[in-house]
Amino acid sequence: MSQALDEVKIGGLGASRKRVEDERFIRGRGNYTDDITLPGMLHMEILRSPVAHARIRSIDVSRAWEIPGVRLVLTGEMLASRNLAWMPTLSYDTQAVLATDKVRFQGQEVACVIADDPYIAKDACEAIEVDYEQLPVIVNPAQAVAPDAPVIRDDKENQPDNVIFTWEVGDRAGTDRAFEQADVISRLRLHYPRSHPSPIECCGSIADFNRATSKLTVYMTTQAPHIIRAAVAMVAELPEHMIRIVSPDIGGGFGNKVPVYPGYVCSILASILLERPVKWIEDKSGNLISTGFARDMYLDGEMALRRDGKILGVRIHADSDHGAFFSDAQPSKFKIGLLHSTFACYDVPAAHLTARGTYSNKAPGGVAYRCSFRVTEAMFFQERMIQAAATDLGMDQAAFRRMNFVPDDAFPHRTPFGFLLDSGQYAKCLDVGLKAIGYDDFRARQEEARQRGRLLGLGISTMTEPLGAGNSREFDILGIKMFDSAELKVHMTGKAILRTGAKTQGQGHETTWAQIVAHELGIPADDVVVEEGDTDTAPFGMGTYASRSTPVAGAAVAMVSRKIRAKARKLAAHLLEVSEEDVEWELGRFYVRSAPDRGVTIQECALAAYSNMPDGMEPGLENTAYYDPPNLTWPFAVYIVTVEVDPETGVWDVTNMVAVDDCGVRINPMIVEGQIMGGLTEAYAMANMQFITFDAEGNCIGSNYMDYLLPSAWETPGFELHSEVVTPSPHHPIGAKGIGECAAVGGPAAFVNAVLDAISHLGVRNIDMPLLPDRVWEAITYRRDVSGAPPVRSDD
Amino acid sequence: MTIVYDDLGDEATEQVPTRRIAFTINGRKKIAEVEPRLLLAHLIRRGLGLTGTHMGCDTTNCGACTVLVDGRPVKSCTMLAVQVDGRAVATVESLAGPSELHPLQEGFRAEHGLQCGFCTPGMMMAASALLAENPSPTEDEVRWALSGNLCRCTGYQNIVKSVLWAAEKLRSASAG
Repeated sequence: MSQALDEVKIGGLGASRKRVEDERFIRGRGNYTDDITLPGMLHMEILRSPVAHARIRSIDVSRAWEIPGVRLVLTGEMLASRNLAWMPTLSYDTQAVLATDKVRFQGQEVACVIADDPYIAKDACEAIEVDYEQLPVIVNPAQAVAPDAPVIRDDKENQPDNVIFTWEVGDRAGTDRAFEQADVISRLRLHYPRSHPSPIECCGSIADFNRATSKLTVYMTTQAPHIIRAAVAMVAELPEHMIRIVSPDIGGGFGNKVPVYPGYVCSILASILLERPVKWIEDKSGNLISTGFARDMYLDGEMALRRDGKILGVRIHADSDHGAFFSDAQPSKFKIGLLHSTFACYDVPAAHLTARGTYSNKAPGGVAYRCSFRVTEAMFFQERMIQAAATDLGMDQAAFRRMNFVPDDAFPHRTPFGFLLDSGQYAKCLDVGLKAIGYDDFRARQEEARQRGRLLGLGISTMTEPLGAGNSREFDILGIKMFDSAELKVHMTGKAILRTGAKTQGQGHETTWAQIVAHELGIPADDVVVEEGDTDTAPFGMGTYASRSTPVAGAAVAMVSRKIRAKARKLAAHLLEVSEEDVEWELGRFYVRSAPDRGVTIQECALAAYSNMPDGMEPGLENTAYYDPPNLTWPFAVYIVTVEVDPETGVWDVTNMVAVDDCGVRINPMIVEGQIMGGLTEAYAMANMQFITFDAEGNCIGSNYMDYLLPSAWETPGFELHSEVVTPSPHHPIGAKGIGECAAVGGPAAFVNAVLDAISHLGVRNIDMPLLPDRVWEAITYRRDVSGAPPVRSDD
Repeated sequence: MTIVYDDLGDEATEQVPTRRIAFTINGRKKIAEVEPRLLLAHLIRRGLGLTGTHMGCDTTNCGACTVLVDGRPVKSCTMLAVQVDGRAVATVESLAGPSELHPLQEGFRAEHGLQCGFCTPGMMMAASALLAENPSPTEDEVRWALSGNLCRCTGYQNIVKSVLWAAEKLRSASAG
């Protein structure tokens, strides 16, 4: 009798398999967009606006044309003559490709030059003269709705002001009643600052239009190639089957590489006009000042509480600043993303949320930066509010949370905003975290340190978040439903190729998808090659963002493997000369129920599919699965941080950080832990240093890495990760939940809560992120809250 | 002898002053005619076709373009190509031997020290300079040596482990 396969040995579920993609990356043999060179390729550079709001009086490109090597100079006027000066956004708004009438933010695309060499193209951009008539500038929602505010979007009909939308969800009357019954009402107001996902690789594209075949190929930095193909078909009015989008290796995405950017569109148009490949590679400054930002939301909320600590209701208003064009990448039904997932892990009887989005003279975006559509703002406000409420009640931070958690036996649980939580063991996770951080004696240590003039603080953040957009009933982008797909072709020797509609950007799909196939079919993971990102070969999918790959595309991988197994079972019955009902499956092998020694491997079935199939059976062993998830997945996380704050300087150091993540079944524990540590680092960055702000003139402060601070190995603290608690998703085929973004979503509040806990005796309720030393020093010295909302003063 | 630079077309090359430089790249001698303003990173990537050296920030902050010039780590996005005249440049492509990986490459793979891979070549080059100078670095010394190289994916913990893994392997190899 054959030995049963060892799943971990073949690289199946739970194996910390070393990554397949590393082989090329460690050799410097990755293939990123800028690494691609095509014969006859030209280079494009973009001229950007130096001012935030101005009417364009004139653009003189004559000197640019005189520079040898310049092949084309494009302006908004030229695009307008082809009806291409404006393009649709992913949120039913329009965005200027190249400015025609006005510039509306600093860094907006005004013209572009295509030349033989990028240095020449840059020279030519500098030779373009633009005459600007400056206009008043708006840099926050309060200015946007002021009575005398200039209308930024005067290009749009029926847009008399700067309000993009108002939106509400929840039960207003029921929430009002909860507040009437409250013993205590806690209130919190804060600004989640504008941040930029800032992958190290900037955006770029190489458009290659072939006049002979009429086919357009675009190599580009996109997290969602199929959506881009549809968008290009609509914008450029090209037939979709003649467009091929290839997303090669991507140097980090984090949401920044979801939207359609003017640079992509201009490179495509230039290639069509010149019939040559045109490469556009953005520089860092262009990336930071013009492409998809995240956050920039003002949250104002109240919590109704019973004296004993029970939460009775929550009321929240959000003002979000979307910049000059509403180009959020998010499901069309939810104007403010999934902000209403806030407080999901707590049993809140009544809740109501209102939101208003406004335009400003800042870059457009509102992308989901390492989060599922505004979930980061939702969970940050939630955990800051929880800390404020516990403080108001004089309750222990952990006990207050434990008392209000949705209990283990209440799943599936419907939140007051309508989400359905699938599963969780919240209190158990919290207990693991508290034990690891040494919670029991922390207060005593804190008090003792205070006596000696030292400020220690402990911050907790606990949250569940909705990951895996989505189910097609509720989730679509521009009407396209958010399912995903996988295609598996098993060759006759039992080797296989798998393609999905997702697109890895460092998450390791080439490694983990093969592990799911190994789990389902017993084909060793090393025998499965994974390909993504080429719309000519990959099945249609919505791409990778919002932690949706494992919940949706990963599920499709399991489902297509099961389709293959179902056919292999028929082949096995044929080979074993028994009826299908008499065939049993174990990993990698079918056998006869009454005679377990008689069996055939999945590889033997694969060979038979091409060489010995039963009469009437279609040959081959290939299939495709489209997966429309029944629900989102709901991982749970506990992040606990201890800090020490220097009262003299406001500098704070992380002394310990514990992370407890329950993301269900882990496909590859090594990769999951890598994702969590990356997310924790971004959480630390947002809490500590990383933000983009603006002065009163709309100058972007944070336009390069000298101003936009990212933590290095030196600043980044160490993390202690825990994986003891595993609650499989009840509806995902392998019980997995999303994980890539939990730490970036739930982490920031832990750091901020810790710093505020350290100075809680001073009566400070809030310091806006990032908790820069001067802000913390100001809070300590003047015993007051510190706002971080723009405009800030510039360097003068 | 090799001449490497982008063909700018007849009309352009006539007007652009160039300078001839002689240098070594990954052990091989080269001669190049370059514009005085050409950045070293562009000479490496476009002139020599060695695309393992990445451009991240253009301002000497991110370190994705780190290479070794005469053994010292340099950010090639803010060094001019003419400055390597008479000097030796080493890029990530020089790390692996004909049949085996450098211990740093093995270490990054073994300790999951990379995700998207974009910062990895620069990280490994900065680390190789550290290990040449200090074969037994502490964790803090590794963190300090890599503080000019940014990573957005990993959180650095595994990068530090990767470098320590390589240091250990190099020490045991030299001891053996």
